[in-house]
Amino acid sequence: MSDATSGPTSAREAVLARVRAALAEATPADPPARAYGHGAAVADVPALFAERVADYRATVVRVAPSGVAVAVAEAIEGADSVVVPDGLPEEWLPAGLQVVHDESLDATALDRVAAVVTGSTVGIAVTGTIVLDHGPGQGRRALSLVPDLHVCVVREADLVADVPEAVSRLVGSVTAGRPLTWISGPSATSDIELERVEGVHGPRTLHVVLVGG
Amino acid sequence: MSATFVGMPAFPTAAREALGNAQQRRNLRHATHTIRDKRARVVAEVDDWEELRVAGAAIKDHVLTHLDTYLEQLEESLTRAGATVHWASDAAEANRIVVDLVRATGSQEVVKVKSMATQEIELNEALEAAGIDAWETDLAELIVQLGHDRPSHILVPAIHRNRAEIREIFLREMGAVGEPAPAGLTSEPRELAEAARTHLREKFLRAKVAISGANFAVAETGTLVVVESEGNGRMCLTLPETLISVVGIEKVLPTVADLEVMLQLLPRSSTGERMNPYTSMWTGVTPGDGPQDVHVVLLDNGRTSALADDLDRQALRCIRCSACLNVCPVYERVGGHAYGSVYPGPIGAVLNPLIRGTSSAVDKSLPYASSLCGACFDACPVRIQIPDLLVRLRTRVVDEKRGGLPSGEEIAMKGMAWVLGDADRLERAQKGSELGGRLLRRRTSLGRLPGPLSAWTDARDAPTPPEETFRTWWKRERG
Amino acid sequence: MRVALFATCFNDTMWPETPRAVVTILERLGCTVEFPLEQTCCGQMLTNTGYAREAVGLVERFADVFEPYDAVVAPSGSCVGSVRHQHAGVARDCGRPDLALRASAGAGKVHELSEFLVDVLGVTDVGAAFPHRVTYHPTCHSLRMLRVGDKPLQLLRAVRGIDLVELPGAEECCGFGGTFALKNADTSVAMGSDKAAHVRATGAEVLVAGDNSCLAHVGGLLDRQRAGVRVMHLAEVLASTEVDRAQSHEPGATGRGQR
Repeated sequence: MSDATSGPTSAREAVLARVRAALAEATPADPPARAYGHGAAVADVPALFAERVADYRATVVRVAPSGVAVAVAEAIEGADSVVVPDGLPEEWLPAGLQVVHDESLDATALDRVAAVVTGSTVGIAVTGTIVLDHGPGQGRRALSLVPDLHVCVVREADLVADVPEAVSRLVGSVTAGRPLTWISGPSATSDIELERVEGVHGPRTLHVVLVGG
Repeated sequence: MSATFVGMPAFPTAAREALGNAQQRRNLRHATHTIRDKRARVVAEVDDWEELRVAGAAIKDHVLTHLDTYLEQLEESLTRAGATVHWASDAAEANRIVVDLVRATGSQEVVKVKSMATQEIELNEALEAAGIDAWETDLAELIVQLGHDRPSHILVPAIHRNRAEIREIFLREMGAVGEPAPAGLTSEPRELAEAARTHLREKFLRAKVAISGANFAVAETGTLVVVESEGNGRMCLTLPETLISVVGIEKVLPTVADLEVMLQLLPRSSTGERMNPYTSMWTGVTPGDGPQDVHVVLLDNGRTSALADDLDRQALRCIRCSACLNVCPVYERVGGHAYGSVYPGPIGAVLNPLIRGTSSAVDKSLPYASSLCGACFDACPVRIQIPDLLVRLRTRVVDEKRGGLPSGEEIAMKGMAWVLGDADRLERAQKGSELGGRLLRRRTSLGRLPGPLSAWTDARDAPTPPEETFRTWWKRERG
Repeated sequence: MRVALFATCFNDTMWPETPRAVVTILERLGCTVEFPLEQTCCGQMLTNTGYAREAVGLVERFADVFEPYDAVVAPSGSCVGSVRHQHAGVARDCGRPDLALRASAGAGKVHELSEFLVDVLGVTDVGAAFPHRVTYHPTCHSLRMLRVGDKPLQLLRAVRGIDLVELPGAEECCGFGGTFALKNADTSVAMGSDKAAHVRATGAEVLVAGDNSCLAHVGGLLDRQRAGVRVMHLAEVLASTEVDRAQSHEPGATGRGQR
């Protein structure tokens, strides 16, 4: 299935032929035994998740379902514009809030928006990670990337203990062709003397609203 | 070998120069110890770390011994998902494919996600020759690019630079290629990161073409994975219209489930974090989200040379985490440039001779650029037996030299083997050392000695031999 | 149990005090020690320099000489590492699968001194006395090839009168590395200098390790600096007793200097 315009099909055949020649005498290795853990025994998953997200210097607030709108209002205080994706539950937004709806804003327009509010698909306690599969309420990838403040609502029901559990839940999204974005804290770099500094190209502030119940 | 590294001196010569650079030694010591400690802390948190390492190695070994099958499956999945797959035997072919793809878009510039594969093939130089600007967007890559420097580390290519040097580079160079650094810039890392954000923002927003590598490529779904920290990767993978990813053929994983192993091993080994800030996964083209013109270039460039041998093949397990560099006592002191490749450190000392061959001076010397201390194996998340591979490569280097005029080393080694091949011969040789011991008995140790022994005694005193070997004592006392 | 001492060529020729100390310790603990005279060398230096073809004869000699014994003890983590970890591979790579099988079969009974004392004999107090300030460097091959762990430290802690101080950065390589010390002498010396600085910072009189090769390197640097720190093999410390001290007023006095 090579693209005929950008190179001879022979490159494909040449690489595969070299691979096959190299493997002619090789001892085939079996698939892995997977003796590692799947679903860590974590006593209080939401507490660990909140602690580990906060470790990345993200803000975490825990609220009851009725408290989401208030928490979001506090998170976006001071932001002069807020964009939301289609499918975001209405009750998560403060009443009367003026929001920009994502109608294929180009990158430059999006860059002028101060904050974004999204939902999420899975949260991982051990690593303090939020995963977006960019389905309804989560928006296309650029939406949660370009604005400088990302307010992310995570439901406790979507939390898992560890990475293998998360991958099990996400296989369906991947198979369906959805992109995934795994987010662990605000954007950061360790490129200067291996010391972590938060806030580079992605949102410099990550504000997580963890919804109980 | 690529153009940049042609004529690189052998490792000991380059190392000698690097060891004399006091600022770099200080920078490297600070940085490697910082990351070493962080890694140790987050690895200690994981109860099943050893099981994960074993699984990581097993996944890679399984893929590598069935690589043709998984490459064809990957191609099929990618094509089904709307991506166009290209194959490249070597660097020149890969560069030609990418240059042609960029030209076809009409764009004069590309933004780049940090990628070892594109560094390896020197894509930036090829793009430049074609009149296309390639903007590196990873902070460390930006520092290297703006400083007209070479990368010296897999994860942190500017590890040899400290904050003061980075500030100077930003102030001097940013203005020439875009948004200048603010006049009052200090050397605070936070301010330096802010300057990079501002400098690159306009480039991200206007770019039409992005070039990336991939940490993993999942055969069953055609999903590519990029693991990063700053968000520059997300910018490149999301905002432009065209995305070209250059992926080494050893990056394939069979299933999505294999990511649950790799995404535990890689961040903890690499940046010493429980998880890196951002991981992006995409499967070909997503309608209405991100690039709609998606290309994947599958790159061999010597990898198949390391594939045949059941032991050498381990080197292709490498997931480019750079944990081995950070714990290596040689790398810590010499830095990355002496390795003459974008892959420095212990894994570079193995990978370069395996994939480039052992014809150049530097590639012949790399297998010897190690004290075989074994810290690299302990840190490696996919259990590559780097010391064993180094020793086997030494054998290859020696065997390739055999048959010509023997070197002093070859004569010495063969002489040693002859003496040690028989206990009587050894005992006769020991009579000589006992005589030396009697002659030198008033000395406690020896200072500077001439000839080949000077390599030892330039900085170290040498021991004097004893008047009586153990063998002589045993025969006298117990024989 | 028939216990054979593998002195190693380097110790036999240059540091006879060390295998003699092993004999002293093992006999004090009631073992009958034999020294098969046909032994020479494990071939490690040849193997690690790339001369596997020359080393394979020594691999075979080792198997021939030591196969009849129940246990083999050597005062060198590095040489034992070569026997256990490299011999079979050298034989295999040289087209000698028969010898590879013999090497694998024999590997398990070859022990570094501290392993033999702690694991096989089950002893940590060997009845030694050594009233000096000592710091211990765990050599790389004991630590990461043999995984001796803290066995040498268990033995040292049981020595009467010893003032054992922790070595900063203990697990970092000293930079010896066999022919690495010559082929990459500058890097080797840079690593060794850092190790020597750590040793000096402890204020120890004696640096102890389980490999005389590493000790020759670090000791050579310390001597050149006139640092006033002696180096001694673990076996010699463990062989020391109150009686020895009455006869000598210097730790590890052997009539010669550093290794």
